[in-house]
Amino acid sequence: MENKDQEKESLYLKIMPYLEKYGILLLLVIMIVVMHFLQPDVFLSWRNVTNVFKQISWQSMLALGVFMVIVTAGIDLSVGSIMMLSLMILAIVAKAGAPWYVVVITPLIAGFLCGLFNGLGITLLRMPHPFIMTLGTLYIFRGTGNLISGGTPISGFTDEVRYLGHGRIDLTWLGLEKSQYLPVSLVLIAIVYIIFWIFMNKTRTGKWIYAIGGNPNAARASGINVNKILVIVYSLCGFLSGIGALILAGRTDSGYPNAGLQSELDAIAACIIGGASFFGGRGTVLGVFAGVMIMGILRNGLNLMDVSSFWQQVLIGSIIVLAVYIDVLRRDLGTRK
Amino acid sequence: MSSINQLLLEAKSVTKYFGTITALENVNLKIHAGECLGVVGDNGAGKSTLMKVLSGLYKPSAGSLFFDGKEEILESPKDSQNLGLEMVYQDLALAGNLPIGENIFLGREPTKNIGLLKFLDYKKIKELTDAHLGKLKINVKSADQKVEELSGGQRQAVAIARSTAFNAKVVIMDEPTAALAIKEVGKVLDLINSLKKTGVGVIVISHRMDDIFAVCDRVMALFQGTNFAESELSKTSRDEVIGWIMGKK
Repeated sequence: MENKDQEKESLYLKIMPYLEKYGILLLLVIMIVVMHFLQPDVFLSWRNVTNVFKQISWQSMLALGVFMVIVTAGIDLSVGSIMMLSLMILAIVAKAGAPWYVVVITPLIAGFLCGLFNGLGITLLRMPHPFIMTLGTLYIFRGTGNLISGGTPISGFTDEVRYLGHGRIDLTWLGLEKSQYLPVSLVLIAIVYIIFWIFMNKTRTGKWIYAIGGNPNAARASGINVNKILVIVYSLCGFLSGIGALILAGRTDSGYPNAGLQSELDAIAACIIGGASFFGGRGTVLGVFAGVMIMGILRNGLNLMDVSSFWQQVLIGSIIVLAVYIDVLRRDLGTRK
Repeated sequence: MSSINQLLLEAKSVTKYFGTITALENVNLKIHAGECLGVVGDNGAGKSTLMKVLSGLYKPSAGSLFFDGKEEILESPKDSQNLGLEMVYQDLALAGNLPIGENIFLGREPTKNIGLLKFLDYKKIKELTDAHLGKLKINVKSADQKVEELSGGQRQAVAIARSTAFNAKVVIMDEPTAALAIKEVGKVLDLINSLKKTGVGVIVISHRMDDIFAVCDRVMALFQGTNFAESELSKTSRDEVIGWIMGKK
């Protein structure tokens, strides 16, 4: 009897980690299959699939940044504003006639500096919670973006500047048709996500980010410089928002005041759907990717089926609640009380 | 035996203020190699504050610390760790979301460096963890198990294993048996006795007289932030020590 119980338990121990790691991918696959049956001609067509990736391209950058922040049990509400400010700076620098390689690098530096500002504010000013600091900078950065641009759109960038967001990799050499190209933004998503997967899972700094989220006192007592790691995390989050700005510049060919409005909420939603815990220390880069994809596919699928965008809001909200409830159930089973 | 043993750590007239509150006043403490010192006192007597001063988490307002006879100023727990002092916290200071091995080596992970990037050496962490747990005879299913999946006693064992993984000279344990089931208490006390045999100086903060009288060689009492009484364990009794805790001599 006892043996059987032990066998059951060890089987459970073997399966749980995989379910925890890859369960969300299962949900993604199910969604893809369902959408395929609902829209067999369109959904998995080359055009539509690349469209989904183009649509999620800049959101996926914000989500990845917010994810790292959430792992530390923090939150960054300012990513949308960081992206908007970086985009406006890019537009102004471009309009001033700077060479493309300068234009391309400005949003990255601007985003990084905004994130650094958040990180230093949270640690040096000893804000009671990152929510407060980043709520403040949500207004500060967007206000600054409007101040420097006069609150009007600035349009027209060169092809080099637009490459990441708008570029196409021709695949005719593979015998494919001209319309079957690979968006550069898809390749960029893959590269950035792989780099950050390695960073979070294989490097010591990545492990410390998880440790801080798991138990900040343990991290501090272990001699980890918690504040330094937090500043790094918020800076990287800003940097990724800067990449988002560069992609958006390519997609829209314009810097505009409403860029990234409320996108911080989409980024947080993607992290939560992807299994990141608000209490910190839990979640995977793969999960965030799945979360971004799920939101992207849901929007795309509902658009294809001509469902009102109001329903999209209701459905995304419901998925957030459902995803977290599943997580609650899982944790009840998984850990000792 | 303890008289010929080398003095590992000495605190001289340590004082600590928090604003207008005096948490410690002119407190002295000594710990020798292979010795176990019990520190007792009522809640608020200053035990935890004293330990946090020793480990470098708090800076003393006045007074000095001597490691191996040399005065040292601690800026952070990292400094005390480098001097061979380890702390096992009451809240265990483990990250529940990480596996046993990564908790034991947290902050001091073996790495393979490629340029500026420090990549974790997972294979080495696992080898060192298995060897170290084996040496201390701590049984767990696997070093890859997450700490949140362990029992209270297993967590305490991991915390102690963590404290001794880097050739610690002095280990401070804050209420090491407080959260444990009775059958697990004995295992932790055995672990303390085997640490003493390896020449480690152990400081145990405890409310439980059973623990103090099972493992300690010397006991000192704090009362309202001051040294109140101190004695070789063989020259005192439970009732006397309990009296010290309540401020009676």
